[in-house]
Amino acid sequence: MTVRSAGCKVALNLTSVRTGGTLTTTVAKPVEPAEPTEPEQVSGRSPGSLMWRRFKRDRSGVVSACVVLFFFGVALFAPVIAWLYGKNPYTRYGQEREGLLNEFEYPVKPNGGIDGEFWFGLEPGQGRDVFTQLLFGIRTSLGIAVAVTLLAVVTAILIGIAAGYLGGKADYFLNRLIDLLMAFPNQLFFVAFMPIVAALFVDPSEETPTYIRVVSVVLVLWFLGWMTLARILRGVTLGLREREFVEAAKVSGASRWRIITRELLPNLVTPILVQATIMLPNFVTTAAALSFLGVGIMEPTPDWGRMFARGAEVYQGDLTYMFFPAGAMVLFIVAFNLLGDSVRDAFDPKGQR
Amino acid sequence: MIRFLLRRAAGAVVILLIISAVTFFLFYSIPRDPARLACGKTCDPESLAMIRASLGIDKPVPAQFWEYLSGIVTGRDFATGHCPAPCLGYSFRDESPVLQTILDRMPTTASLAVGGTVIFLVVGLTLGVIAARNQGKLIDKGLSSLSLVMSSMQIYLVGPLVLALFVYHLDILPSPRYVELTEDPLGWFRGLLVPWLVMSIIFTAAYTRMSRSTLIEQMQEDHVRTARAKGMSERTVLFRHAWRGSLIPIVTILGVDMGSLFGGAMVTEFTFALPGLGRLAVNSVIQTDLPMLMGVMLFAAAAIILFNVLVDAVYALIDPRIRLT
Repeated sequence: MTVRSAGCKVALNLTSVRTGGTLTTTVAKPVEPAEPTEPEQVSGRSPGSLMWRRFKRDRSGVVSACVVLFFFGVALFAPVIAWLYGKNPYTRYGQEREGLLNEFEYPVKPNGGIDGEFWFGLEPGQGRDVFTQLLFGIRTSLGIAVAVTLLAVVTAILIGIAAGYLGGKADYFLNRLIDLLMAFPNQLFFVAFMPIVAALFVDPSEETPTYIRVVSVVLVLWFLGWMTLARILRGVTLGLREREFVEAAKVSGASRWRIITRELLPNLVTPILVQATIMLPNFVTTAAALSFLGVGIMEPTPDWGRMFARGAEVYQGDLTYMFFPAGAMVLFIVAFNLLGDSVRDAFDPKGQR
Repeated sequence: MIRFLLRRAAGAVVILLIISAVTFFLFYSIPRDPARLACGKTCDPESLAMIRASLGIDKPVPAQFWEYLSGIVTGRDFATGHCPAPCLGYSFRDESPVLQTILDRMPTTASLAVGGTVIFLVVGLTLGVIAARNQGKLIDKGLSSLSLVMSSMQIYLVGPLVLALFVYHLDILPSPRYVELTEDPLGWFRGLLVPWLVMSIIFTAAYTRMSRSTLIEQMQEDHVRTARAKGMSERTVLFRHAWRGSLIPIVTILGVDMGSLFGGAMVTEFTFALPGLGRLAVNSVIQTDLPMLMGVMLFAAAAIILFNVLVDAVYALIDPRIRLT
């Protein structure tokens, strides 16, 4: 294989790091039986385009990517969709208008009050519109998850590279820090620290504004969310540090910063992307669990997890309320996990599921 | 072995110390005064000071933390009386002794954890072996899609659905509650059946996937090929040779799961209204009950560390090449 560009150099290193020197490329496990790609075809392409080519051939990967994109689209355009639909998640339609909720405050119409006007029905008690609540709930949850993922990835890159590349004492202390944080009972910590973090910004006797709640959830999840990726990146960096191309860069007088950004970072893209696809759905479900336990996002802010908390209160009288948020979440998480598997396969053709 | 245990115990003490210090100091950074909450609306400065003294929060925070730590080792004297070692203090809320409350809640959490683990381990590993033996066939594909969907489920999502459908509408499963095992073994089993099953749905998938992939990997190892070449039956090869090698990654995730379950399965306990450690933790957070929260936190962290050590010890049992140092 001829080294033609910096990108290809990365390809060489990348494959040899992941597969231990062999450059045989097989498609991991798409729907069709695995077919080996000829090595001639492989040479001369950047790892990005190679990954993209493999990914496009993976049908379940493409479908799940579309589903995931759909959810992000919904989150992004929630206000527009709600405006077209003509409702909002805060108005208590059931209480303002007669004939929507019965005397027990459950929807009068069957199936949770689903009709042409309220597509997903009405919330028992408050009488709010479920469809817009779900739209904005997804928006809140995904917004939180994306923010936490970004923060965690940046932290993991900084700490992982620092530990792996600097080595010595820095490596030792950062590793002990990671050990320590990994021993924390994390669910318990999330719950215990939500009120504390919120109280750092605002006096607890006052009403906590929504954005502070959101920031608190992000900070708490971020605090214990970066260690796994940092440890992976440390390991990869440790291996890369001793390789010839880094040596060469050093000899040619490249600065530490240049080596880290130009030589190391491109080789860390794979573990970062793969780990991020695992992290994001985890953050969605953990943030939802916090809201479910009553310490995350509070009334009246629409939130995916809060809908489950409400659903768990009213399921004996109206199961339909729970149905749409639950279905949407299962669909989202399944699609995201499938997408994650496909991304892994596309990057690491040797690894088998 | 003894050196290993001593080293790990020392490490555990350091980690527990740091965790308790972090919890203690962060909790005091909230400008929320437990004494004022306990005092109520008609509160004059004198009785406020008295409550402060009786709660033991009239001193500076580092001094309080030191008192707390020495209380664990030597016991501690409160205005209400002596609290023998190991003393975790009294609740700010109802003045119940923290250690006793935690010990009272422990059986619920432990029953939940042990029963759930038995179910998801047996089901998960069995499905994993079936999938591995039928690699690439329809049943394998079916099982891997099933485990994908199951691993995407959440307890707060499945729990209410199962309760609504199977418990209240169809009345097939008993409604969840906690009864002492020693009092009424059958009632204990019936009461925890639904939580166990729901918990297992979430945990099983990881074990199915893990045991499938490691078994497939193991079947390609040299020692398995040798065993086959010697003419052993496929069954013997699988259960005597390949199986052992695939245990290590399973034991690793089992240790993590058990550690977190014994520290209180918060969402499960909350969903099914079971009085375990997890609910205790959530309530003490909501009520600003620091001693109780500290107690649960220490217990949960200790559980995680304990299972970590156990996992390392089990490694050495499974694989004689691993030496404990």
